Amino acid sequence: MLSAAKAAGAGQGATAVLAALLEARTGQQIAQDRAWRLDTALKPLLRERGMESLDQLVRELLLGQDHQLGDRIVDALLNQESSFFRDAPTFDLLGEALGEITAGRRARIWSAGCSTGQEPLSLAMLLAERGADAFEILATDVSEGALARAKAGRFTQFEIQRGLPIRRMMRWFDADGADWVAKPELMRYVSFRRINMVADQQPPGRFDLVMCRNLLMYLAADQRQAVLGRIAAALRPGGLLVLGAGETVIGQTNAFAPSPRWRGLYEAAERAGGRAAA
Amino acid sequence: MKTCLVVDDSKVIRKVARHILEALNFSVSEAGDGREALERCREAQPDVILLDWNMPVMSGMDFLRALRASEGGWKPKVVFCTTENGMAYIRAAIEAGADEYVMKPFDRDTLESKLQIVGVA
Repeated sequence: MLSAAKAAGAGQGATAVLAALLEARTGQQIAQDRAWRLDTALKPLLRERGMESLDQLVRELLLGQDHQLGDRIVDALLNQESSFFRDAPTFDLLGEALGEITAGRRARIWSAGCSTGQEPLSLAMLLAERGADAFEILATDVSEGALARAKAGRFTQFEIQRGLPIRRMMRWFDADGADWVAKPELMRYVSFRRINMVADQQPPGRFDLVMCRNLLMYLAADQRQAVLGRIAAALRPGGLLVLGAGETVIGQTNAFAPSPRWRGLYEAAERAGGRAAA
Repeated sequence: MKTCLVVDDSKVIRKVARHILEALNFSVSEAGDGREALERCREAQPDVILLDWNMPVMSGMDFLRALRASEGGWKPKVVFCTTENGMAYIRAAIEAGADEYVMKPFDRDTLESKLQIVGVA
């Protein structure tokens, strides 16, 4: 991982090293026109470490004496923007679709790229309020920092207000100082695990639903295809995939096709990559 | 175009709210206290009311009770927007008929999301 950063750093400057580090660790790419984001995203880390420039940060990274520095940089560069019930109509659809495809049996859901936890907790609230109790959500992310925050179920006042209706906040969260913390009866539905969608295998078992929203957009075409293949392998026959509002499987993979029943959702194709769906 | 009445004794807050709301394509009117807000509501019935809690002359809570008691067929959405951020305040506001609750300070994303939740944005 670091060797990739070192290789890119040979005469290419700090920006190239940092972009290479991010890509090597997560598969995510930073487009040329978004290189400014490096500077903005890393400012808090520079301040914390008492450093004055990205060059200095990269020197420290390449010296390799601080083993956590690479993780911290990657965490800072990942876009962890999230909100509760993002694309709200999608959640209503999911509640309905899950009820039908699981037909009373225990539903397994994978929130891939869960960031700071708003997505899996939104789904848990929705399903619990619909009277479902037999479901479990596995929430995964590549960022240890984001996962630690998700596991804590703790949100600032700004975060808790984005997308979360006040009645749901009253029901599922407790005030703790200036923050709001998810109640244990909500957290019990969700387990957390670090998974790098580009490098790691899918989690064991089969899922009824995989949510992988606003992640593929940061990956190169071959990586998108590989990730979609792993998601297809993780789905039960008849299972569903949800992507971000601006994402599609069309032209990306043969593993999925738009669901004829639920608009905006995807189903694993019958013989995805040679794998029989049954 | 949807209409929003901003009720707050702070000119600064009214200005910030107006700026955000106009960018979200709302037609905005303002009131500096609860009594003035009731007059504005009699003149023109807004779709949504953004309501502060602590104000001189008539508080947000007194305004809300008077408003809900006087409504005929018109039932505007009421979004409390206040520095009173404790659960007891939030519960009291919801029980009195508020539809949503914004804890100050707020930003555009927060306000937009709450307006979407009550179905006016």
